[in-house]
Amino acid sequence: MKNQEAPQGEALREKVLAGYPAKLAKKRAPQLVVNHTHADGQVPPVKANVRTTPGIITQRGCCYAGCKGVVLGPTRDIVNLVHGPIGCSFYAWLTRRNQTRPPTAQDENFMTYCFSTDMQDENIVFGGEKKLRAAVQEAYDLFHPKAIGIFSTCPVGLIGDDVHAVAKEMKEKLGINIFGFSCEGYKGVSQSAGHHIANNQLFKHVIGLDDQAPEGKFKITMLGEYNIGGDAFVLEELLARCGFTLVATLSGNSTINQFERAHTADLNVVMCHRSINYVADMIEKKYGVPWFKVNFIGAKSTAKSLRKMAAFFDDAELAARVEQVIAEELAKVEAVAARIKPRCTGKTAMLFVGGSRAHHYQDLFAEIGMKTIAAGYEFAHRDDYEGRRVLSSITVDADSRNIEELEVEKDPKRYRKILSDEKRQKLASVNFEFNDYQGMMPQMDDETLVIDDINEQDTQRLLELCKPDIFCAGIKEKYSVQKHGIPCKQLHSYDYGGPYAGFQGAINFYQEIDRLINTRIWSFIEPPWEVAASPTLEATYERG
Amino acid sequence: MNPVTPAIEPRLEATRNACKLCTPLGACLVFRGIRGAMPFLHGSQGCATYIRRYVISHFREPMDIASSNFSEGTAVFGGGENLTRGLDNVIRQYHPELIGIATTCLSETIGEDVPGMLRAYATARAGSPDLPALVHVSTASYRGTHMHGFHDAVRATVAALACQGATLPRQINLLPGLVSPADLRHLREIVAAFGLQAVVLPDYADTLDGPAWDDYQALPDGGTSCSEIATMGQSLATVQFGRALALTAESAADRLQATCAVPACKLGLPIGLRETDALFDCLARLSRQAPPEPFVKERGRLVDAYVDGHKYLAGKRAVLYGEEDLVVGLAAFLTETGIVPVLAASGGKSGVLRQTLTEAAPETASKTQVVDDADFVQIEAAAKALQPDLVIGHSKGAKLARALDIPLVRAGFPIHDRFGGQRLHHLGYRGTQELYDRIVNALLEKTQTESDIGYSYM
Ligand code: SF4
Ligand code: SF4
Repeated sequence: MKNQEAPQGEALREKVLAGYPAKLAKKRAPQLVVNHTHADGQVPPVKANVRTTPGIITQRGCCYAGCKGVVLGPTRDIVNLVHGPIGCSFYAWLTRRNQTRPPTAQDENFMTYCFSTDMQDENIVFGGEKKLRAAVQEAYDLFHPKAIGIFSTCPVGLIGDDVHAVAKEMKEKLGINIFGFSCEGYKGVSQSAGHHIANNQLFKHVIGLDDQAPEGKFKITMLGEYNIGGDAFVLEELLARCGFTLVATLSGNSTINQFERAHTADLNVVMCHRSINYVADMIEKKYGVPWFKVNFIGAKSTAKSLRKMAAFFDDAELAARVEQVIAEELAKVEAVAARIKPRCTGKTAMLFVGGSRAHHYQDLFAEIGMKTIAAGYEFAHRDDYEGRRVLSSITVDADSRNIEELEVEKDPKRYRKILSDEKRQKLASVNFEFNDYQGMMPQMDDETLVIDDINEQDTQRLLELCKPDIFCAGIKEKYSVQKHGIPCKQLHSYDYGGPYAGFQGAINFYQEIDRLINTRIWSFIEPPWEVAASPTLEATYERG
Repeated sequence: MNPVTPAIEPRLEATRNACKLCTPLGACLVFRGIRGAMPFLHGSQGCATYIRRYVISHFREPMDIASSNFSEGTAVFGGGENLTRGLDNVIRQYHPELIGIATTCLSETIGEDVPGMLRAYATARAGSPDLPALVHVSTASYRGTHMHGFHDAVRATVAALACQGATLPRQINLLPGLVSPADLRHLREIVAAFGLQAVVLPDYADTLDGPAWDDYQALPDGGTSCSEIATMGQSLATVQFGRALALTAESAADRLQATCAVPACKLGLPIGLRETDALFDCLARLSRQAPPEPFVKERGRLVDAYVDGHKYLAGKRAVLYGEEDLVVGLAAFLTETGIVPVLAASGGKSGVLRQTLTEAAPETASKTQVVDDADFVQIEAAAKALQPDLVIGHSKGAKLARALDIPLVRAGFPIHDRFGGQRLHHLGYRGTQELYDRIVNALLEKTQTESDIGYSYM
C-alpha cells in the first residue's frame, strides 16, 4: 500500500539519518543530500567516493571487480587470467552477463572461461610468480590468443608478486601482448578504482597500437558501454542504420583490435561518464579526438544524442538519415508508451545503482509518467552527481591517492586536429558542448533525496518510509526489497532481460516496468484470514 | 562400442572453470543457519559482496554479510581497528545474537591474530548486554574449498557454544552438511517422526527460503538458536552426513564426542535406498522406535519406482561432479538404479574420493573414473571420452552437458540457471524419489524430442 504521508526532503533525510548512532550519522550526513538546483545550475555538494564504514553492509564490490569484471569482462578475445585464490575468479565467471557476438563460430571467445592461478598455501608463503608464469604459458599453449591480461587479487600485492614484471617477461618470450593489472581488491573504495586501473593499462598497453582505421564515414568510438543484456547489439545496429561507423566500443561486444585502433575515430561519445571519462580526456589530449557525453537510455535521450552526433559531423545526408531513423523508431516507441503510460503515471521510483545508470534510467521512467523520488550511485564521484563543473574542487583522499593518474602528452605524429577552430566556434555559438556532463542532480526535481553509497539499513528505512512503487538496484538488494512487497528491478544484470538501450530497449523497459508494477501478485501476500474485515470466514466457522 | 577409459588430462597450473567455491562462502552459509546471526568477513569488502551475490543467485533470498572493509592502509598495518569498528556497527545496527567471523585471503595472508583480537574485544565490552556470541573460523581460500569453510564453521560454532550437561534423552544433533532448505525441512520431519528433537546445524531452511515479510527483519527469521546449540553437548548422539568428511577432518561430531562424550554416528549423505536405510536405522536405534509407517511406505514406493524405471536407466552412463560427499551420495544411489557413474569428479582434494566411492557404491566403483582437484576443462575432456548419457550436478556443468548434447539433471549448489534450486529435494526416500523421477524424465525427454514421430507413450 502506498504511503500517503511519506516524508519528503529534509524530513525524509533526517528520518533516514536517525537510524544511525550519533557519530555515524555525523559521518554519513554529507552523503545524504536533499536536491535543489539553483538558477545557475548549481546543486548542493554530495560527499562521494569515500570508504564505506566497516560493518556497514554496502552495495559496493572491490577494485578487482571493477577492473576484471566491468571493464575487461566484455572483451571476448583477451584471455583474462586471475592471479589469486579461486573465489575471486569463480565469482567473476560470466556473472555480469555481458554478451558478445563473435562474427563466426570459429572466432575466439574466451568469455565463457574462468582462468585462475588458484593460489595455494605454498604460493602465499613462497610467492606465486612461478605459478603465474606457468599459467600464462599454458593459456598461450592452449589458445594462442592475441593477448593475455593478468589480474591481481588481494593477496598478490601483499606477498610481493610483481605481475607487471611477469607480464613483460612473458610478452617478450611469447610475442603477444600481455599486460598486468594491480587491481587488488583493497585499493580505492569501490569498483571505480578498478575501472581506472583497467583503463589506464588499456591506454598504456593497447590503445594506439593499430593506426588502420576501418572503412567508412563518420567514425566514432563509444566509451563506457558494456553490453549488458545485449544493449551494444541494439546500439551497433542503430548507429549503422544512421550511417555512423563504429570504430570501437569500450568495451561492450569488443575485441582487442577494436581497442588498438580506438584512437582513429573522429569523435568519442561517452555513455557511462564514471567509468571512463578520463580515457576520453586522455585520447583527446594524445590523439586530438574530441568527446562529448551521450545517453542512449530513454527514447528521447537517444534521439537527442543521435542528433548531436549528426550535428558534430555537419553533413546534410547524415542528418537526414538520422532524422528518418528517429521518426520511424519514435513512432513505434510512442505507440507502446501510449498504452503503458496511463498505467504507470504518478507512480514513484527509486534508483540506487552503479555510476551512471541511476541517472540514465530516470529518463525511461519519466517517459512513462513516473517520478524518481530518490536516487544515488554505488561507486560514483562528485562530478557524476553535480556535474563536471565541480571537478577542480574535488579533494582526493588517502584511499584514492594511490590510483595512478597518467601523464599524457600530445602524440607528435598521430595527433590530429579534427575540428577546425572555425567549426568549433560555429558549434559553440549554438551551445554545442564538448567534454560535458551536467551530472545527475540538475535533472532531478528539487526536494528529491540523493544518497551516495546506500547501504542495507538506509534501503530498509527508505522502503518503509516512502513505499515507492519500484526500487532499482542489484541482485543483492532485490530479494530483500521484494520481501516488502515492492518490486525491484536489477539494473546491473537487467534480471537477465533487456536490452534496454536505444529505441527498442525503451519499449522493452516500459513493458518490463508495467509488468513489475501492475502485477496482481502483490495482492496475494496477505491471506484472507488476516485481512481485518473478513466476515465470511467467521460466519462459516460459527455455523460449522 | 566400448568406450575407452581415458587418461585424465594432467592438472595444469591454472585452474580453468573451477569446480569449487571459496572457503568463506561455506562459513557464511553456516552462520546464516543460526538464529539471529550475522556473517562477518574480516578482510576487504569485495569478497563479502561477491559471496552475497553468488549465494543469492541460488537461493533468491536476501543474504547479508558484513565486512571489516580493509583499505590499502589496513592491509599494511593490520585490521584490528577495522574489526572493532565493524563489530560495533553490526551490533548497533542489527543487535545480533551471534556474529560469525570468517577471514578472507587478505587477512589470512597478513596473518592476523583474529582470535586474539576477538578476545580483546569481548574483554573490553564485558558486561554489555548487547555483546553477542563471537565465533571465529579461519577460512583461507588457498587452503581448501567452500566445504572446508562450511565444516570448519560448524565445528567452530560447536566449540564456542556447546556445553556439557545432563543428557537430553530425546535430543540428537544433526549435522547435514551443505544441503538444500527443502532437504533440511524434510530431515526435521523425519527426525520428529521418530519422536526425537533435532538440533540441526546449520539450519537455513527458513532464513534462505522464507516467505514475504510483514515487517522488516533486520536478520531473517529462522535458524538454530545459540541456546539450542549450547545444548548440543547434552544430546543423545550426533548424526553427521558425509563419508569424505568422516575420514578427513576433525569435525564438529568428533569435537562433541571428545569434549562432551556425545557419540558420533557418521553416515553417508542419505541419497538412495541404502544410505537412507542407514539413517533410518540409526534413528530407530537412537529413538528405540521402528521407522514410522509413512516413511516405510515411501521406501516401498521408491523400490517400486526403481523396478518401473529400470528399463530406462539400466546401463546408462552418468557423469557426476561437485562436492565430494554429494558425488559419493549420488553414486551410491545411481548404482542401485542400474546407472553406472562413469565419472566422479570434484574440485575437492581430500584424497579419499576413491575410497569412499568404493565403500558407498561397491558394485560400480571399478567402472568409475575418479578425478579429484578437478576443473571443468578436465571434467569435460574426460567425459567426452566416456560417452555418457547424462550429467548430474550444479549449474556450472551446463556448458559441459551442452557440449556433449546430453541432459543435465541439476542437483546441489549452485543452481542459478533453473528456478527453485533451494526447493529441490535430494535426501531421504522422498528426496531420492524426486531425484529419480527427474533423472528418468530427463532421459525420456531427450528420447522424445529426438524422435521424429512424436511418440507420447514412452
Ligand atoms: S580473496 Fe579469498 S575469500 Fe576473497 S573471494 Fe577471493 S578466494 Fe574468496
Ligand atoms: S580478495 Fe580482494 S580482489 Fe578478491 S574478491 Fe575479495 S576484495 Fe576482491
